[in-house]
Amino acid sequence: MNTTNQTNLQDREAAWAKQRRVVEQSLARRHAAERRFRGLGLSGVIFGLAMVALLFVTILAKGLPAFWQATIPVEIYFDPQIIEVEQRPGLLPGESAAQLREREMAWQTQLTMSNWNRLIENALLEFVPEAADSRAELRRLVTSGERFRLRDMVVADPSLIGKRVRLDLLADANIDVWLKGNIDRDLPDNQQQLSAKLRQWADDLYARDVIRMSFSTALFANTDSRSSLASAGLAGALAGSLYMMLIVILLAVPVGVASAIYLQEFAPRNKFTDLIEVNINNLAAVPSIIFGLLGAAVFINWFKMPLSAPIVGGLVLSLMTLPTVIIATRSALQAIPPSIRQAALGIGASKMQTIFHHVLPLALPGILTGAIIGVAQAIGETAPLLLIGMSAFVAAVPATPFDQSTALPVQIYLWQGNELRNFFEARTSAAIIVLLSVMITLNAFAIWLRKRFEKRW
Amino acid sequence: MKLKKHVLGVTLATAFVATMSAPALARDNIQIAGSSTVLPFASIVAEEFGNAFPQFKTPVVGSGGSSGGLRQFCQGVGANTIDIANSSRPIRPAEVESCKKAGVNKIVEVKFGYDGIVFASRSDKGAFALKPQHVFLAGAAEVPQGGKMVANPYTRWSQIDKSLPDQEIVLVIPASNHGTREVFEEKVVHPGCESLAEVKALEKDAQKKVCNSFRGDGRVIEIAGDYTETLARLTAQADAVGVFGLSFYDQNRDRLKVATVNGVTPSLQTIATGEYPVSRPLYFYLKGEHIGVIPGIKEYAEFFLNAQVSGSASPLEKAGLIPLPDAERKQVVADVRAGKAVQ
Repeated sequence: MNTTNQTNLQDREAAWAKQRRVVEQSLARRHAAERRFRGLGLSGVIFGLAMVALLFVTILAKGLPAFWQATIPVEIYFDPQIIEVEQRPGLLPGESAAQLREREMAWQTQLTMSNWNRLIENALLEFVPEAADSRAELRRLVTSGERFRLRDMVVADPSLIGKRVRLDLLADANIDVWLKGNIDRDLPDNQQQLSAKLRQWADDLYARDVIRMSFSTALFANTDSRSSLASAGLAGALAGSLYMMLIVILLAVPVGVASAIYLQEFAPRNKFTDLIEVNINNLAAVPSIIFGLLGAAVFINWFKMPLSAPIVGGLVLSLMTLPTVIIATRSALQAIPPSIRQAALGIGASKMQTIFHHVLPLALPGILTGAIIGVAQAIGETAPLLLIGMSAFVAAVPATPFDQSTALPVQIYLWQGNELRNFFEARTSAAIIVLLSVMITLNAFAIWLRKRFEKRW
Repeated sequence: MKLKKHVLGVTLATAFVATMSAPALARDNIQIAGSSTVLPFASIVAEEFGNAFPQFKTPVVGSGGSSGGLRQFCQGVGANTIDIANSSRPIRPAEVESCKKAGVNKIVEVKFGYDGIVFASRSDKGAFALKPQHVFLAGAAEVPQGGKMVANPYTRWSQIDKSLPDQEIVLVIPASNHGTREVFEEKVVHPGCESLAEVKALEKDAQKKVCNSFRGDGRVIEIAGDYTETLARLTAQADAVGVFGLSFYDQNRDRLKVATVNGVTPSLQTIATGEYPVSRPLYFYLKGEHIGVIPGIKEYAEFFLNAQVSGSASPLEKAGLIPLPDAERKQVVADVRAGKAVQ
């Protein structure tokens, strides 16, 4: 009896030990599997982060120097002997506004004919007196568009004639490239963009702190330029993007939110609404270039809207953003617990009152987040804009959404295609930094809104 | 909440009205599109034009290639069609036809200068002294060998000619949407092809086929974008030889080494005298129907042709344009003033 009991006990212990071994073995296997999965997941995250870091580091390394640009602070003397112009026309008695405008134009044309370069050369000669007999060469230190800046100053304020004004002139793009070392400084003369003399002057003036690297206001204040590369800026593109953003906010957000409320709260559930829902989801997945083709065909060829205008771009981007807004709004509405609705209905509110007084205010943070992310997506869109002619060279800030314009992402595309690679590689990265900052600001705003107003149930 | 609905309604109504009233707005600045070779020149002129004439707005210059620009140009008459098409080749009869169908009957051709097409390799690679025959033999699908046509066996330039660098053959050429492609074929590939005795012996159709077929084994790369893309190819494939415009090469001399053709180095001088064989005239086309409707078209054309803008020592020459000879310039200006249309 005893022995049987003992053997029984031994058997059982042996069985336990065996079971334990099996469990321990499988446990080790399962732990290993877990470790493998964690390791893979972590390396996936690290890989992703490393890629993002690499992208940001290369863009920042290339683009940040472009925010500082070679400038030459000088004193310009608006020499009345060089600027040969009569008094600015004033309104004569009995003259119409159109006549005055015509005389004003004639006056401006006359002003344009003055030798503005001479003023710049005179100012520079102060620093490089030995250049008196090579003025044409000296002038190449300064970017060619600065002469029009001087003219515009006089047009705005004719009393400047005869005065001395301190002014920061932008150096030529190739001077900037040379001083920043963006071109190999050891290359022989025939591979350089600047003559040996100009390189010598540039180095000399830079050492004497006459040419300085100052913050490039031109990058933000000027429009794109092809004849005076150093003064190319983003003003036109920023204005174009802003107009399109406004149009998207005014069109896509109200229409999208209204359709989402209807579909989510009022529409009957039947095959037809199911079909609509499927189509909205499909629409969100349509590649953006197709919206561009649609825009070109419908808005430009059919509605005869202007080419290259932010209004068309805004409409196309609104169509593209609409499904995003609808989907975000619907899921925000869905997330409101039914108890809120039931409570409102229970104290006698109508369906309309329930939705507009109780459900919608609670869903607002989610809706806003969706809308902002949709808008941010729209700002970064390039492909559809190329198809409606927004990739044109525009040297003016659009005054209305109907004027031709570019947009930030398109400007990046245009600059990366510019012939003077040494200058525009950095300029392009600077534009990318500006675009990314706009997007990050918008996304941060969306996150802030959500955190500020979100309610947890 | 009533207020909110009201705002929504007003917004929608405004948007709708804005949409519908758009066609009524007339355009007061010139709209240009077309060749990416002409684009830098046209943009410079547009900017200077806007600065020089306070009464006109700065023209807007789009790209899209010569064919793309002319297609837009021939879409019809009206404020939402372009006024001027830039082109690096003369307009084709078929395009004049399609213009006529859309109601564009008065097309004024303006020739404004010449452009050189150069072959260039990376500046740290071997120097090329090319002949049209070399380029044909490097890029053709079939080449004559031992008296008959065989699939192109060449993989290195030195196999074609001992004087060429011992480099892998990779030829980066413009795609057919570029006007440059036509010049490349007409002035380099076809002469090179026809100079071979074996090709001359073929009948006309077979000859045409041989001269027009490029190899499809990845050694000839067609670029539909602009020259920056070609340059990027050269950065990625160190051995590649690319086709560029003279002005593009000129602004990237630190990265590129230019090849001579028939022993002549391309430069403003050698192209102007005709010594360098691969050059072509550049054009833009005015839409006659828009002259007088869209302000400034004629003034723009005349400003463009002004010797101070596109002559010698002008901003355009600095940007790489080869100016028209004086006599030719006079003739073109007279034709523009008279409004002479393409037949």
